[in-house]
Order: sequence, then C-alpha cells, then structure tokens
Amino acid sequence: MPGQISQTNTTPFNRVDVDPVTLDIVENALRNARVEMDATLFRTAMSPGIREQGDAFPMIANVDGKMVVGQFGSFIHGFMEAYDGVLEEGDMLFTNDPYSCGAAVSHLNDWLVLKPIFKDGRHLCWAAHFGHMTDIGGKVPGSLPIDAHEIFEEGVAVPPVKIFRKGELQEDILSIILRNSRMPHWNKGDFNGVIAACNMAERRCIEIAERFGDDLFYSAMDELLERNCRAMKQLIKTAVPETKAVFEDYLCDDGIGQGPYKIKCAMWREGERVIFDFEGTDPQSSGSINFLLNEEMFKMFCGTFMISVFDPQILFNDGFYDYMDVRIPEGCLLKPRRPAALSCRTHALGRIFDVISGLLGQGNPDFLCAAGFSDSPHLMYSGYDKNGEWYQLFQIGFGGIPGRPMGDGPDGHSLWPGFTNVPNEYIEAYFPLRIETYETIPDSGGAGLNRGGNGICMGYRFLEDGQVSIHDDRWLTYPWGVNGGEPGGRGSKELVRADGSRELLPSKCDRIAVKEGDLLLYNTWGGGGAGDPLARETARVGKDVERGLVTVDGARRYGVVCDAHGIVDEAATAALRAEMSKNRGELPVFDFGGSIDEIKARALEETGLPAPRAPTFARRGRGIVTAVSGS
Amino acid sequence: MAYKLGVDVGGTFTDVLLIETDSSAVYTAKVPSTPEDSSIGVLNGIERACALAGIKPGEVGQVTHGTTVATNAVLTGRGARVGLVTTQGYRQVLQIARSFVPGGLGGWVIYDKSDPMAPLECTVEVPERIGADGRIVHPLDEAGARAALQQLQGKNIEALTISLINSFTNPAHEQRLAEIAAEELPGIPVSISSEVIPEMQEYERTITTVANSYVRPEVAKYIDNLEAELERRMDSPKLSILRSDGGLSTARAAATFPVNLLMSGPAGGVAGARWIGQQSGINNLLTFDMGGTSTDVSLIENGEALVRRETTVGDVNVRASSVDVRTVGAGGGSIASVPELTRALRVGPASAGAVPGPAAYAKGGEEPTVTDANVVLGYLPSDQKLGGDMAIRRDLAEQAVARVAEAMGLGIEAAAEGIIKIVNENMFGALRLVSVEKGYDPRDFSLIAFGGAGPLHANALGTLTGAWPVIVPPGPGVLCAYGDATTRLRDESSRTFITRLNDVEPLAILKELKELEQQARSAILAEQGDDQRADAGLTDSDITAELQADLRYSGQGLVLTVSTSAAELTNEGFAPLAARFDALHEQLFTFALDAEREFVNLRVVVQGPSADIRAQVDDSSGGAISDARISDHRVYAEGAWHDGALYDRNKLKAGQVVPGPAVILEMDSTTLVLPKHEAAVDRVGNLLLNPSR
Repeated sequence: MPGQISQTNTTPFNRVDVDPVTLDIVENALRNARVEMDATLFRTAMSPGIREQGDAFPMIANVDGKMVVGQFGSFIHGFMEAYDGVLEEGDMLFTNDPYSCGAAVSHLNDWLVLKPIFKDGRHLCWAAHFGHMTDIGGKVPGSLPIDAHEIFEEGVAVPPVKIFRKGELQEDILSIILRNSRMPHWNKGDFNGVIAACNMAERRCIEIAERFGDDLFYSAMDELLERNCRAMKQLIKTAVPETKAVFEDYLCDDGIGQGPYKIKCAMWREGERVIFDFEGTDPQSSGSINFLLNEEMFKMFCGTFMISVFDPQILFNDGFYDYMDVRIPEGCLLKPRRPAALSCRTHALGRIFDVISGLLGQGNPDFLCAAGFSDSPHLMYSGYDKNGEWYQLFQIGFGGIPGRPMGDGPDGHSLWPGFTNVPNEYIEAYFPLRIETYETIPDSGGAGLNRGGNGICMGYRFLEDGQVSIHDDRWLTYPWGVNGGEPGGRGSKELVRADGSRELLPSKCDRIAVKEGDLLLYNTWGGGGAGDPLARETARVGKDVERGLVTVDGARRYGVVCDAHGIVDEAATAALRAEMSKNRGELPVFDFGGSIDEIKARALEETGLPAPRAPTFARRGRGIVTAVSGS
Repeated sequence: MAYKLGVDVGGTFTDVLLIETDSSAVYTAKVPSTPEDSSIGVLNGIERACALAGIKPGEVGQVTHGTTVATNAVLTGRGARVGLVTTQGYRQVLQIARSFVPGGLGGWVIYDKSDPMAPLECTVEVPERIGADGRIVHPLDEAGARAALQQLQGKNIEALTISLINSFTNPAHEQRLAEIAAEELPGIPVSISSEVIPEMQEYERTITTVANSYVRPEVAKYIDNLEAELERRMDSPKLSILRSDGGLSTARAAATFPVNLLMSGPAGGVAGARWIGQQSGINNLLTFDMGGTSTDVSLIENGEALVRRETTVGDVNVRASSVDVRTVGAGGGSIASVPELTRALRVGPASAGAVPGPAAYAKGGEEPTVTDANVVLGYLPSDQKLGGDMAIRRDLAEQAVARVAEAMGLGIEAAAEGIIKIVNENMFGALRLVSVEKGYDPRDFSLIAFGGAGPLHANALGTLTGAWPVIVPPGPGVLCAYGDATTRLRDESSRTFITRLNDVEPLAILKELKELEQQARSAILAEQGDDQRADAGLTDSDITAELQADLRYSGQGLVLTVSTSAAELTNEGFAPLAARFDALHEQLFTFALDAEREFVNLRVVVQGPSADIRAQVDDSSGGAISDARISDHRVYAEGAWHDGALYDRNKLKAGQVVPGPAVILEMDSTTLVLPKHEAAVDRVGNLLLNPSR
C-alpha cells in the first residue's frame, strides 16, 4: 500500500483565482525559500563536499508532491509509492536506498530527508533535501568501490524510515547509521544541516501561506506548475521535431576492465508529447557504474536545459511532466535490477547531459553546444597520519566547459550548478598534502570558432602514507566537438613516485597505495570546440597564446601562425588556413574523434593504457525483491 | 569656533554639510557632481556651504568624505592594468577562480564570464613555496623572481599585486618580492596580499589584493588632487575618508588600501541613517536606500550597523570588511518586461539607467520602468519638476506602461501597480536577507528610507515589513553627508589563527590579541602623528579597542564573528565566547552543535572618539497644515483612484500630521503617503509614516 498522510484537519483546499502579480510574488518568495535552504546547509555543513562544492539538492513540492522549486525534479510520488506507512505532523522520512524510493536518490552516499509540512493540522506542502555524505561505510573509504558487484558492498543502506517521529529525533536509528561510517562526525554535521534546511523551508512556506492565505498558497503552487506546463508545451513544439533524432555516447569503462558502455537515446514528438526512448542502451554492468535513473528526474534534466535559454528567471518546476514520456528498458545500465551496485553512477549521470545536449542540438544547430560532461571527477585520499589520526579527503574536480554558440567555454569551471572548488589553502591546512600545481592545461580545450574550456592539472604532493581512489571518465572517448569544432582533450592520471619513477593510473581505481613524497598529476578533460576553428578571429587565437591557454603549436589547429607572445603572422596564417580548408571535407555536425573501434585501436599508443575489453553481460535473475520497508 | 565638513559625491549631486561643532549649527549645499573630476564639485560645494555660513574656507578644520571613486572604477571597468605575481603553479588562480558557474542546470550554456581583473598575460609565477604551517618549503629563488618580474616590463602595467600561496602564515617571501619589484618595476605601486588581507583562501586573498591594485592609481590621484586643492584653498584641513565598514580612515591609509573604500558611498548612507535614528531616539533600523538602478539595504541593531567580511561590487566579490549592505538590481530605472513564453511580469535587473532613462523623462527611453509606473499612478506628480529641472511627461509614461498592460491583458493602472508591487517585492527580498533570514523580526525595527526613490516606496515597504514607523529624513540626499560628518576613525588588524578551543590557553589567545591591538593602535596613531594641527591630536586614551574572534565548529567552512575582552578571557576563559557563538549559530541556522569549536581569525578593531553632533530641533509652533498644502491630487492604489493632496515639505512644521493619500514634495525627493496611512513631522524634521490610527 502506498504511504499515507494523516491530518487532524481534513478541510480541503479551495482553488481560488490568483492574479498574475501575486503569482509572481509567490514565485519569488518560494525562490527565496529555496535559496535559504541552500544557504543554511552550505554554511553549516561539515564536509567540504557539501560545504564548498554544493553537492546537495533542495526541493519544495506542492501537496501532491510535484516540485514547485528545486533542481532535480520531484521524486515524492515514487517515494510514497514505495513507502508503506502513515506520515503525521512532525515526521521526517530518511532514506539513502535508491531501490526503495523509486531512485529518488541514485547511490547510497546521497542522504535524503523528506518532510511533509503542515499548517493548522492540514498538509500544506513538502520539503526535501539530499546531500552527498563523504563516507557511509562499505569496502573502501569514500564508499564508492569501483569493483563492487552488489549494492551490499557499498555501505549501509537505509530504506525509508521515520528519522523524526512527531518532532522527536530517533537517536537510535541515527546511531546505527553513523556507526557504519568512517566519518561519523562529518555525516552528523551534514545531516543536521539537511534537516535544518527542511525546517527552514517549513517555516518559510507557513509564512507565505499566512501572508496570502492557505487557499491562495495552494492555488498559486498549482498555477506555477501550469505556467511551466504552458511554456514547455510551446517549447516542445518548437524545439522537438516529429522525425526521430538518435544520439549515442559512451562511458569509457567500468573500472574493472570492460567498456565502453553505450548510452543510446532516441527522441521524437508525437503531437504535443515528446518521447525519449533509451532502447539500445547497453545492459547493466556487473560493476558499480550503473545509474538507476528516475524517469521524472530525466524530464527535469531536459526541461531545465531547454528553458534556461528562453526565460532564465523562471522558477522551473514539474508542471510539464505529462508532456514528456521517458522509456528506459528494464535491466539496462540506466535501470539495473537490484542488487546491482550503483555507487559509481556519477559517470553515467554526467554523460546523460551530453546525450541531452546532442539530442536537442541536432534539431537546433544554433543552440548546439559541444560535449564537456566527463562527470564529476573524484579524488579520495585517506589514511592514518603520523599522530595516528584518521584523515579522509573527498574532492570533486572540474574541467573545461564546452564551446557554446554564445562564446568560449570557461577554463576549469563546473558544469554542475552551485559547485565551487575547495580553496587549496584550506585543503593544505586540514589534510596532509600540498597542491603544487593548479593550472589549466593548454590546448586541452577543443579548437573551434568558440574554443572549449581547458581542463585542469592538479598536482597533489602527498605528505603522509595513505591510499587514494580516483573516479573519472573521458580518458578514452573524447568530449566531442560540434559544427566543425574539434573534440576536447581527454583526462589522464599519473603518479610520480618520490624516487622519480612514473606510472599511469587508470581513470577509475581504488586502494592505490601512496607514500609520503609521491606526486599525483590529476588531469581533467577539456570541453569540445563549437564551430569552425578556421573562422575564429586570429586576434582571439593570438590572445589565447599570449595568455598561455593555447600553445604556438596548438594555434595551428586554428590555422594560425604566431609566435610565443601571440603575435600573429597574418600572411602565413592566411596561407595555412587556405591550405587547411582545401584539404578537408564537409564539416561534421559532431566530431567524436573517430569511431569507437578506431579510438580503442589507438588507446595504448595515445593514452598509455590498454583499451578495455568489450563488456560481457551476464544473464541476471529478476533480482532480489525490494526489502520490506520500515514502519 | 570649530567647523567640520561632510561631503558626499553622488551620481547627480554633490552634497556638502558644514557643521559648527559647538552649536551644532548646520549649513547644507547641493551642487551638481562633476564626474570627470569629482574634486571640482566637492570644492564648489565647500565654497557654497562656507558662503552660507559666512566663514572663510580656511576656518574648516576637518573634512570627512565618502567617495564612489573606487566603486565606479570597478563598475565601469576603468581601473588600472594590474600585473600579478603568484607562486609557481598558480598563475591561473583568477582564471579558474572558484570554478563557479551561476544559474541552474544548463546555466553554463548562457554564462558570460568576464576576464580576470589582472589579465592572465600580465600574470607571472615565481619559484618559492611556503607550507600551510608557515614553514618555508622552497626558499624564494631571487634570480627567478627577477626574471619573472622582468617579463612584466613593457606590458604597460600600472599597479602590481603579489599574492603567494600560504603567505597569510608567513609574509617573508611577499615582503622580499615587494623589495625586488621596487627595483625591477620602479614607480609601480605594489600591493601584497599578506598586508591587504592576511587571511586563508588563495583566490579570495588574491582577488582582494588585485582589486586594491586595480583602484589604487585612480583613488590615489583623486585623493592627491583633493588634498592639494584643500591645501591651496583652505588651511590644510584634516581629510578623512569613509571606508566600506563605516569607519573613517586617514587619507593616506585610504590611498594605500583603497579596496576598503568600495562601499564607501552606501556606508555613508548607513552611517547617516544611524545618526538620524539616534536623534529621533530610534536605535533599531532597517535602512532602505533606493536609487536609479539599485537599492541598498542594511540592518542597524542598538545603533550599530552589522559589518561583514565581504564586499560585493558588480560581479566583483572581495574579502574586505563592509557594512552589511545588500544590493538588489531594483531602482527607479528598472525595466519591466513580460517574456513571451511564460507571460510572467519581470522587473529588472535591466535598467534604463540615466540614458535613455525612464520614458517619462523624455530622453528617448521607451521601455516601461518603475519610475514610469510611479508617474502613471500619480505617485510622482507629472506637473512638478525634479531637483535637476527634469520635466516629467505622463503621456510618455503611459505609452510605455501600456506595453506591459497589453502583454498581460491588464488595464494600464493595474499594470503599473503590478510593476510597483513586483519591484517592492524584490526590495522586500533584500530586506528579508538582512533581517528575517538572520533571525531578526523586522517588526522590531524602523525602516528608514532615503536615496532618490526611497521615500516613494517607503510606505509600501513599511506595509510589507511591518517596520513602523517608517522614517523619511529631511533632505534625504544630505543624509550621506551627515553620515560622513558624524563617524569615527576606525582601523583593524587581523590574523588567521586556526586552533581548536581545547588546544589553546585563553591567555595565549589574549597575547595574540594584545599584539594585534598594539598594531592597530600604532597604525591609527602613526597616521595621526603626521598631522601637525593642534586639534587633530588623538591620544592613545581616546582610542577604544574591540577584541574579536572568528569561530566555527571544527570542520565547518563558515565563520561567525563574536566579541570578547581582556577581562573576560582572563577571568572566565573561553566559556562566554563559546556560548555567544552557539547562540549566534542557533539564531542564524536554527541549531547549535555539540561539536568542537575552533578559532579561525583573530581581529582587533580600534576606533577614535565619536563626534558629538546633534540635529537641529524645530521648536517653532503655530501655522496650519493647510499652509503646506499645494493642491488636490489623486493617487491610484489597491485597484482604485483616491483623492488626496500635494504638500510642500519645507512648509511643514514639527508636530503636524499629513493624512494619506498624500504626496509630499521637496527639492530632491518625493514622499508617498498611501491611503489609510499618515505622516507625522517630528521635532528634528523627519517624516514618520504610520498606519492611520
């Protein structure tokens, strides 16, 4: 039986007229409430992952569970479908188990709190928040074991439970969970922040309802959903053709020697509805790169992407969901069966955005951006220091933003909203390492009329013996270029031992033992280029050379001949450009840097690492039935 | 007789306030600003004010001044070409910044990133390294450093910043590099990060120091000109500049550390509001300063403005203390629009600015602005003139607002009222940021409205916040000059000192703080010492010092600033400090933690004595309110036209009460009193708006 809400006041809300100005005011107030949820969590959180990098996602939903403000769309429907219990005022649900909440969260590190908000005994709306916990136990520090085959290896899983019961924190539950973490102190601090953010949302929603009246608050939320729906309906009609567009992209590997994995999606319009069909996507992996993708969440990804160009101020919400149909085959990489391991889903999550961009851009070349989503490259470094104290760093890196119709992609920036890097001085003060290099990599941005952003080289000098884990992708496949733009550079990882010996590390690995004095060179990917590089103004290329963002050799990809100061030889440039354009064929819409077979054949030579072997897909059973949920 | 002057340079007018310090007699002068060299306007104003007072300029002993020179250099992008020296491996510290891209998912698609404030082609690396603990990992390679600096020769840089990794723990390399730079790049002013802002976080420290270099030549030139002219025309009065944190700084310190002046203008407004509030006996204030393109708000509790460790101007965010003023892009010139796709009404942040300006000003603007909506609704009477002799055309305002009305299917008055409500809501959002979201109830405060458009929107914001009475001070434009004239000398020293409370003795912390206090005191006295004038004599005993610590729960990234004292540390240790921190954390974030607390920064703020200046009290009586009434006048509010009247503020007397709806005019501002509200004139000339009894 789906979850239920118990109210002491069951008077139904009345739908009343909301004048357009009041509607805009409520929209603004809800936007502020969401910003405040973020601020509360980020300022109070303990782990650098949430605090500085903003790896957390707030939401306010209407009484029916539809997201009115937030980021990744609502999961409340699926959540309540899976929850067998009754919620009362003062209750707060907690879970981190993707398989028992309809993939509201997609790996165990994401801790989700859901709070029904009541006013005068009546259920008014919902607040929810989730954030990435640095460690939730499991077989490796950081809880993202690349070689896990089952979710049971990835740390403590908690089905939806009431972590607050009528306003009372269930300390015993929390203590069980925290006992399973290597970093209970951080988790507790972060968890407090998540809860405080939901309480902040509750306070604000009640204030808004008091100011405008409960019926108006209720009606305004509906209206905001409808307004989005109208806008998206129109957008779908103009942006999505009826003919089928198909796009394929790849995850390079699964960290256990197999790859690449194909993600394939077809998109077309039938009347007012757009259909996304992932038929043809590879089956689930036996490793942990599976991404249990909530269909509603995917709708939100697409919708946000589409609308951000047209009314960036809009409070984007769930209103348009009926006009999107998302089909994900059972048992594929994006809908694995339990107990498939999920911890390293970040690669597929990132790749989904490149797929969306490629799909939508095909019909609208003027809006077509290049690829840049490697994912969120992670570094974990942990161990016991000389005083015997445990240290554990979890860091998210950034790379090049893709070249875009509106201009170059910024160098070394975040594709994820709200994320920032952690100041290196902070890391050096709290963890036993020194960051000797923190610079972007010249020429790693794809050449184009608009250049892709450069990736970053971070040089970590370890000051204690310990172990590291690395999670990255796009070491084999390229961040592709568009409309004649070239692909961006791929990522690489290299360990320079204290004795001077060097070894290449794979893009996904755990338990790499490091010694005091070792140096890790952590190079991220660049963004693909957009548009014809030979059409880029020579002065812009010269400026990039002067700034050290493009090398003298790299400038030749633009057909530009210049010296180390970026002074362009215009005559030589004209000649070189004429020569280059004579010898090339028609410019491709997408430049993937070759076919997958070609890329694999060149792998060892170009990357120093052997190509992964083609994945084998075991026949899986129906999977273990979802565990009986709490209460 | 001793005289002091307060000067505020605004975009349109320069206001000068001359105070005879014994009697508190006040003379004000308003002259046009001279943007090409604002010192000309300042001197014009000074001469005018002195003429009014019948004194010679040479009799003025002290000139205090809030300036927007630094702010404008940043906003217009016309600062110096800055060279930057970093530690090897960190040349792109500004290029990468914090990797932050604004907006939601897909925000990167439309993000327009500006170039770093110090161009990457003017950034060089030097071989050296200091560890997080302050120890030297690699000594400074002086030959390499010289070679790096020589690369900057011929790059036409006008100022240099040196910002090395971990220099906040050990400034030795930065200091030595500054010496080398003076040899390799003679004549170029050098700012080093360990001096400008010796705090952790390489990007923030670097951008702050670069911002200092960026505005430094412009500010120095301005201050030098002004000082020279003051010397020539007057008898070398002591010149003090208002800093962003609301304190006064000597002209010399201001020219060396101009990054501290980025919010000098708004700080003057806050200081003035604080003083006005004190004169009326109101010490809890929400300040509301609405201009043409933006609105600044802040909170004053118990007569003290909150100061935060951050300054934001345009898209530049630096680590310099400033009065906690929040700015929203909402002002009289904000443009209203209705995006076709969503049909929502949006107001701002785009602004019509001064050119083409609101449609009603007939300078070619066609898009509907907040000012146009105010004209349509009768809040800004169209047959009256603004101080600058700007005619207001109602027909043009109506044409502009009609665009929004058509797009939304509303009548023209309803559309205009919609625009006003949305912009009011945006400003309310900013007021919430400084009040509700910090745990303060705005109903415990009074809203004080100033700036060109503040008094027009004051009543509505009073209704939204419940911060009654709403205060509209006399001559709202002079308010900043009042602020300048009534603030104190202020300076501070700080140091990053990361240690858990359990790992350090209270007396050790006290020792650090004492050192900082000594530094700050000597700095403020040394600057005074250069001044040979008798009345400038500041002695050590005039200076008060406040000991502060930035704390957090170990592992957090935030810091909250709490105060302590030598006596408290000696007698009670850290307990009261910790309790204050927990209480503040709970006030801000709804919870406190049972976790270890740690020191992050220690700081001492020193202040000179406060100026004792009182407002002039109007004890006159008699006269009827009808003397001030100009004519009948209609305003549109809550969906209907209401009959009311126009009043001349200069003719209103203390004790009189103007019933709403009313529009009260004075030279540089217009106050709207809504229906069911009234405005009382208090004894120091403020209008106090309240709901009608």
